[in-house]
Amino acid sequence: MDSALIPKGVKRCSLGLFTLGIAVAGAVLLWGVYAMLLCWIKGLNQTNMNDYYGFALWIWADLAVIALGGGAFFTGFLRYVIGKDELKNIINYAVIIGFICYSSALLILAIDVGQPLRSWFIFWHANVHSMLTEVAFCLSCYFVVLIIEFIPLILENRQLDKVPFFHNLSHNMHEVMAIFAATGAFLSFFHQGSMGGIAGVLYGRPFGSREGLLVWPWTFFLFTWSAAACGPCFTILVTWITEKITKKKLVKDNVIRLLAKISGWMLATYIIAKIIDTWYWATVTAPSMGFTLMDFYSNNAFYGIWILVLEIFVCGVIPALILITKTGRNNSKLLMTAVILAVIGVCINRWVMVLQMMAMPVLTFENWVLYLPSWQEVATTILPVAYGVIVLALSYRYLPVFPQEKELNPID
Amino acid sequence: MKKEHKHENTKKFGMVIDLDKCTGCGACMVACMAENNVPFKKDESDKLDSITWICVYKLTNGKSFPDTEICYLPRPCMHCSGIGEHGHSPCVSVCPATATDYDHTTGIVSQIYTRCFGCRYCMAACPYHARYFNWWDPVWPEGMEKSLNPDVSPRMRGVVEKCSFCFHRYQAAMDKAYTEGRRELEEDEYQTACTQACPAGAITFGDLDNPDHKVYELKKSPNAFRLLERLKTNPKVYYLSSRDWVRKAGDNYLEAESKVKKKIV
Repeated sequence: MDSALIPKGVKRCSLGLFTLGIAVAGAVLLWGVYAMLLCWIKGLNQTNMNDYYGFALWIWADLAVIALGGGAFFTGFLRYVIGKDELKNIINYAVIIGFICYSSALLILAIDVGQPLRSWFIFWHANVHSMLTEVAFCLSCYFVVLIIEFIPLILENRQLDKVPFFHNLSHNMHEVMAIFAATGAFLSFFHQGSMGGIAGVLYGRPFGSREGLLVWPWTFFLFTWSAAACGPCFTILVTWITEKITKKKLVKDNVIRLLAKISGWMLATYIIAKIIDTWYWATVTAPSMGFTLMDFYSNNAFYGIWILVLEIFVCGVIPALILITKTGRNNSKLLMTAVILAVIGVCINRWVMVLQMMAMPVLTFENWVLYLPSWQEVATTILPVAYGVIVLALSYRYLPVFPQEKELNPID
Repeated sequence: MKKEHKHENTKKFGMVIDLDKCTGCGACMVACMAENNVPFKKDESDKLDSITWICVYKLTNGKSFPDTEICYLPRPCMHCSGIGEHGHSPCVSVCPATATDYDHTTGIVSQIYTRCFGCRYCMAACPYHARYFNWWDPVWPEGMEKSLNPDVSPRMRGVVEKCSFCFHRYQAAMDKAYTEGRRELEEDEYQTACTQACPAGAITFGDLDNPDHKVYELKKSPNAFRLLERLKTNPKVYYLSSRDWVRKAGDNYLEAESKVKKKIV
């Protein structure tokens, strides 16, 4: 029934099956929307946040999806600015994933603030000293860049492409895409960094506070670096999941391996920098505030030292070693293990920099406070996942997302 | 925040709280709530989302009977000046919408409720937990709205609030002084509600830089300390205690620095 919309030369599942899949994701989406409306109508008392946990699950989700969405800016940078031509075969998907991640981040922020209708104050009454101001400006600007990068792909839909204006617009936008890719990389450097700066500048919070360069704490650079390293891993992971669901090879191995190799070296250098940062923090910064490393990790089992080992060694050093070695990359199981570990690692990093920082007391006469999110928080955090699945499914079905699909899956 | 504010009328209002005198009666908390229209819930058993601009902590020395000692510690907003007195308080520097500001003429950290959009970054930044979020709209028991303080605006759901050092009292005192042709206040013309309510006289309030004010000398006492000085937040609330373990409870120390851990009860 919708065959006229499906790209030529590729095969898609039946509309019935597709609709069923969309309906399942849609049901989850509606659950999230219901929770979102509760938060907007009744207020943030619907959450389990409190005055000790002003930042909680949502801020973690924000930081995590933006790090994972980093595949868009970094792949775009590699493809258009550095000139890694092979990556044209995965750049479309990276852009769509980035678009989903950033739009999700903006939505979560809109739910997270106590007075959503005043959100524009961040632009109108901007405090230039605040990392959050920089995040708001760069994030909004980069989201516009992502829309600009997504539009030509949408215009390549079989029916839209028949309209001469759309066809020419799409062609011309492709021609100037390098400018937007460079702009996106520039903006991303700052907002990914500012995300890290959010915790790093909190000099009243010894767990998050870091020294740095001029006005930028080291977390500023570490967050950008880790997003550039792990964002492409997320792109590879989502591509792999898509291939499993569609039961098709969509991107050639050499493309995946190239991205994995670059990602691996980024991860390797990042994790060295992260280890140096952690070492300096543990031996110099924290002791100057009266804390030892184990003060941060020995109160309860949930925030034990295992979380640091898991983040840095298991989800940092190991995937980096796998990805920088040819043997590791050429073994698909090892490659995917490394990719999954890297994605988990960056999510843990964002988790501890938000949740563990909040959990730990600073006053000597206060105690650790642990927190369990309410169902409304969980539902609104899952909402973007369902939304992402729907956007990816629609894009895959109706747009020529993977240039190598026809070649890899010839129709008899 | 970068502007230099060095004109001679600049004040640095602050507090000195004598912990040896504090009995933990909570009168300061009650007075503060009444003075500043601080909302409360029907069930206040969950203290993690209760609003208490000044909160009295109970500290113990961690020793068992008969060596147990306790100390009550009232904690208002510290009105931090930040590193180098630049007004880069932990909270002020992070607020994305300039909804909280450092007033260089008084040293008071303000909170603009109608500008705050509830991101709670300031709460994450404050190591003293002196900032509170309005998780609910304020609901007053029948008739109580008639006894609200008309000089203080009640806050709506979704914004952050905190101790203002009863700034509305400063404004009223300055208005009165201006009508009388004065530009300076006497020490007793501007006092916070908690200071006046404390039956033990444990709280002293005034201009920390004015030699005529009691706090000027009190803060120089060898028994004076501030909370978390090592973080360089530069608070304007000083505490006095003749007990060593209480003074040590004000900051975190490494084992080698003879750290003494306290427990909240």
